[in-house]
Amino acid sequence: MEAGRIAALVQPDRVHRDLYLSEELFALEQERLFASAWTYVGHASEVPRPGDYRALEIAGQPLVMVRQPDGEVRVLYNRCAHKGTRLVSDESGNTGRFFRCPYHAWTYRLDGAPLAVPLKQGYENTALKACEAGRGMTPVARVACYRDFVFARLSDTGLEFADYFGEVLQAIDNMVDRSPQGRLVAEGGVLRNIIHCNWKMYLENINDTIHPPSTHESATRAADALWQGHAPEEPKPMAMEQILPFGASYDFFDRMGGRVFPNGHSLLGVNFSIHSGYARLPDYEEAMRQAHGAERAEAILQRSPQNSILFPSLAVKGSPQAIRVIRPLAVDRTLVEAWSFRAVGAPDLLFERSMSYNRLVFSPMSVVAHDDVHLFESIQKGLRARGNEWVSLHRDFDPAELAQETATTNGTNELLMRNQFRAWLKLMAPPAQAALS
Amino acid sequence: MAPEDFVAEEAALLDAGRFDDWLSLFAPDGHYWVPLLGAQQADPVSHNSLAYEDRLLLQLRVERLKDPRAHSQHPRSICQHVLQRPVVERGDDEAVLLRTPFIYVEARGDEQLLLAGTCRHELVRRSSSWAIRLKRVDLLNPTRALPAVQLFI
Repeated sequence: MEAGRIAALVQPDRVHRDLYLSEELFALEQERLFASAWTYVGHASEVPRPGDYRALEIAGQPLVMVRQPDGEVRVLYNRCAHKGTRLVSDESGNTGRFFRCPYHAWTYRLDGAPLAVPLKQGYENTALKACEAGRGMTPVARVACYRDFVFARLSDTGLEFADYFGEVLQAIDNMVDRSPQGRLVAEGGVLRNIIHCNWKMYLENINDTIHPPSTHESATRAADALWQGHAPEEPKPMAMEQILPFGASYDFFDRMGGRVFPNGHSLLGVNFSIHSGYARLPDYEEAMRQAHGAERAEAILQRSPQNSILFPSLAVKGSPQAIRVIRPLAVDRTLVEAWSFRAVGAPDLLFERSMSYNRLVFSPMSVVAHDDVHLFESIQKGLRARGNEWVSLHRDFDPAELAQETATTNGTNELLMRNQFRAWLKLMAPPAQAALS
Repeated sequence: MAPEDFVAEEAALLDAGRFDDWLSLFAPDGHYWVPLLGAQQADPVSHNSLAYEDRLLLQLRVERLKDPRAHSQHPRSICQHVLQRPVVERGDDEAVLLRTPFIYVEARGDEQLLLAGTCRHELVRRSSSWAIRLKRVDLLNPTRALPAVQLFI
């Protein structure tokens, strides 16, 4: 599909349904967008000791994130250089001091360099060493570890890490600095959801502030009815504290504000969010002031953005410390993982909030998510309808925004979604063109 | 009522969609728990769960299912529990612990989800019958990526 045809699918204020339905575009996304973008791999705390690994797939590519003897975290293709066996097939574990292929016992150092093969004299006077099979496990093109969040870029070309993410990295800072020691640990397991929709539907909904009143009407109505009769200032059980704000008004969501950055990234809830009302913890706040100074502590604690998106694979909630990882599996199938973090040095209650929120809102059994998931799957079917091939993103569109890569807006402005699709188009450029731009 | 019959009756209420009657089986401090590590999980605090709900949250779930604007219930979900014979692991006249291997099918429209596992019921005496202090559902493969599970396993 030539560049001009793809460009015609993303208009300033709407996108064509093919972005969600076309198998051909999905294949191109895997090849181009997910290669030249920086995607989230995992958290360094998942692999604390040398030899610890986690296997995963990004854009159909089998990868392994592995801790090195010197403490660095590397990301390699999970493929034996010989015949293609995956070197590890468990999701996580410790491989010891080297990788050993279970098929023919080829071994590799933890950085992927070839170590030994059996009967090596049989390879003398052959081209083995000169070709890929002799070079060991292939590392991905680029890896960056930002405050223990590990990202990879699969393509040799593309923006450098800091240029790609820019100011949105403050979303990670806001979450990490909620630890008085500036350190998070991934704990409590991962909730894994299969949703039969295109990944972009899920990702744009993370910035959709107009859906909660109607989509989540049944969950919030039930919560309101159960909590009726309690005074507003009465302390709530954690679950109620987390579910009731889903019933906030359009006005609340509009006033929370949003901000967009180049390359599709965004912060939603720059002023406040549904997470701002959680009970305060005076001892913890004092520890934060001791650790970070009063001004920085205040800045961290006063800011609880609703969602920050590190396009295209990661959504962050600074409070409660939780992330969602979006992994496209097929044009109409997406894996969404919800991870919880313990903020080292912070009270257990913060970790409980993180797990509780993920369980209530991002579990396959979540009463809040059921309606979201149903609607995403419904869109995937409904978009096939004849007579209208476009998805509207018109709300608060202003042609002047096309000249602004960074902008702060009202919270219900669909600019946060339009910004994702503008980045999508840029990342879908053929590699040669991307290298020149 | 024999505790084994109570366990069968509990599943039958879910399969019949009688959620209010089902909820009334729980003791005031009762919990419904689906650990994320299945039978390996020690407690609901140190590791997350697919669901860990007290009566308030269970009530929320049951009330929501009655709401015509529970969008994900168009069409409605229905379920079928297929239980092995419950085995009393220990207990007396006042409290009893049972384990019941099961297969669970949840269907909605053209879709059908099949789960397997073992239920652990902690029951406490309530007059001539029992009340649920804990219904723990240990799935066979709880860490797999799951589609929406909308009713009660």
